[in-house]
Amino acid sequence: MFEVALSSLWSRRGSVLLTVASLSISMVIVIGVEHIRAQAESSFVRTISNVDLLVGARTSQINLLLYSVFRIGNATNNIRWESYEDIATRSEVSWSIPLSLGDSHQGYRVLGTNLQYFEHFRYGDSQELQFSEGEPFSDVLHAVLGSEVANSLGYELGRELILSHGIGNTSFVNHENLPFTVSGILAPTGTPVDRTIHVSLQGIEAIHLGWQNGAQVAALGLEPGDQRLEDLQPTQITAMLLGLETPMAVFGLQRAINNYPREPLTAILPAVALGELWQIIGTLEGLLSIISILVLTASLLGLSTMLLSSLRERSRELALYRAIGARPSFILLIIELEALSLTVISVFMSYLLVVAGLALTQSWLSENFALVIEVWPTASSIWLYIGGAIAASAALSLIPASIAYSRSLGHVLRSA
Amino acid sequence: MSIISIENIRYTWPRSDSPALDISGLWVEQGETVFLRGASGSGKSTLLGLLAGTLTVQSGTLKILDTELISLSPRERDSFRANNIGIVFQQFNLIPFLTVEGNLRLAGRFSGEPRRDFRSKSEDLLKALNLDLGLLQRRADTLSVGQQQRVAIARALINDPELLLADEPTSALDADTRDTFMSLLMSVRDASDCTMIFASHDRSLMKYFDTEIELSEFNRAQEGKASRV
Repeated sequence: MFEVALSSLWSRRGSVLLTVASLSISMVIVIGVEHIRAQAESSFVRTISNVDLLVGARTSQINLLLYSVFRIGNATNNIRWESYEDIATRSEVSWSIPLSLGDSHQGYRVLGTNLQYFEHFRYGDSQELQFSEGEPFSDVLHAVLGSEVANSLGYELGRELILSHGIGNTSFVNHENLPFTVSGILAPTGTPVDRTIHVSLQGIEAIHLGWQNGAQVAALGLEPGDQRLEDLQPTQITAMLLGLETPMAVFGLQRAINNYPREPLTAILPAVALGELWQIIGTLEGLLSIISILVLTASLLGLSTMLLSSLRERSRELALYRAIGARPSFILLIIELEALSLTVISVFMSYLLVVAGLALTQSWLSENFALVIEVWPTASSIWLYIGGAIAASAALSLIPASIAYSRSLGHVLRSA
Repeated sequence: MSIISIENIRYTWPRSDSPALDISGLWVEQGETVFLRGASGSGKSTLLGLLAGTLTVQSGTLKILDTELISLSPRERDSFRANNIGIVFQQFNLIPFLTVEGNLRLAGRFSGEPRRDFRSKSEDLLKALNLDLGLLQRRADTLSVGQQQRVAIARALINDPELLLADEPTSALDADTRDTFMSLLMSVRDASDCTMIFASHDRSLMKYFDTEIELSEFNRAQEGKASRV
């Protein structure tokens, strides 16, 4: 029966191949959109991991997440260093990473932190930061570059760079007296880390000595190597990441920080906030999914149309099956089988096309857009879409199949 | 024993107000070869449809092999047809995109029990019909019309039917191939000893048959029509 269906399709290969092409293209859209969506979601949710609490000045949790993790926008307020030390030394806290933002270099954000960052920061499935070259900063004026920063600016170890006050690469206020030296370059992570320049908190403090309210009010004449740099103490930071001794303590500590008596602070669970943020972005993707489903539906209707219009030229063939003893259900099944074969072939074709396309563009995407996309689509939603497409083709081809069926019910033996 | 027995049957096509077929009685004996003559529109195709079970009578009894066809479920009728009735049409007897073997196998498949000796049976039939065995692997639509009609006989006989229905099987053939076709058909028919109803309007073929039935003499529906004209 399968042989009959396949030979029958092959005998009409012109219109069949066009239908397969149309189905394959729409399946490529469905699988491609869904795969990239799933990948974007997972790399989005993977931007930060193993962090129990993210603390900043009082603000909304999405805002805190955006400026501290994604480096989008600015903090409304800072956290005093004493508050940081107070919280970091609490018994529930296993480790803490201070984050200080607000400066930039050529449009890339500068992050002031300490060595804990390289030890405790995790992304993806608890992956550690790896150095592709060099090592963490060991001097106040050392900088560690994210992979994209190093790539696109062409910086190498030992290169000197001047930070700008504020963000944006057109800043007129540069911290020219204190150039930083590249001490290390991180391996790509597919997260905002790749677009970040890491320096020590003392470094951030150093370039702001003599600054008030964003303007230089006194020239202190500091130069690299000055002993005073080593003695600097940070006075404020933007946010902190906390890892706890036991996950049980998360909610208690979160409440304690949210009610911190000395200054208004916000503590959030990064995973929860990431999920919430993703839901906002998800609306756009919902739209893309709807479009791809509509394209697929159009192709499946095209498949039904092709089968329906073939019934006329096949009327003798179908009558002949009945004459030699086929039941009407055979006619129904053979048309269904043809539709299903075409859909399954198209699914295979489109899957391979997506894999081939991604294999060819994977390195280009990761180099130019920092998009790390797996070649093989394996998201469970993709299997759902494929199953749905096959089920929909079975359902839609019931139209031509049942027409053929009912025509064959009362089929006369026609000799011509 | 009568392989076909017809009593007082009547068939009216849907959306038609007068019956196309109305026969008071018709019997065919087992092993008989019948030449069924009738002009087009005489109810020939209707009668063949009723005999094959793709149409069912609206009144009266029509028995084949002592089986009342209308008492069978549609499913049983299809399988009865696959097992007991072989059919050869005027043309388009084979599924064009299948090989000759594929066509024969398909007919065997619908009988419900594909025969074990399928290969030797189909080779015997092809040999008896003077066809080259190499044709088995050829696509049906690459065969000449004469070859196709002979393969159609093999297809009709592959399940050893009791009844062979032929509906103008020679009208697409020229005179030479028609004579070859007829003698081959009669010789394989003799070998299988099945009953045959051969519908045609070509009187010159009458010589091959035991009995002749002029349908207009049996079909009262046609008389009615004639008298009205």
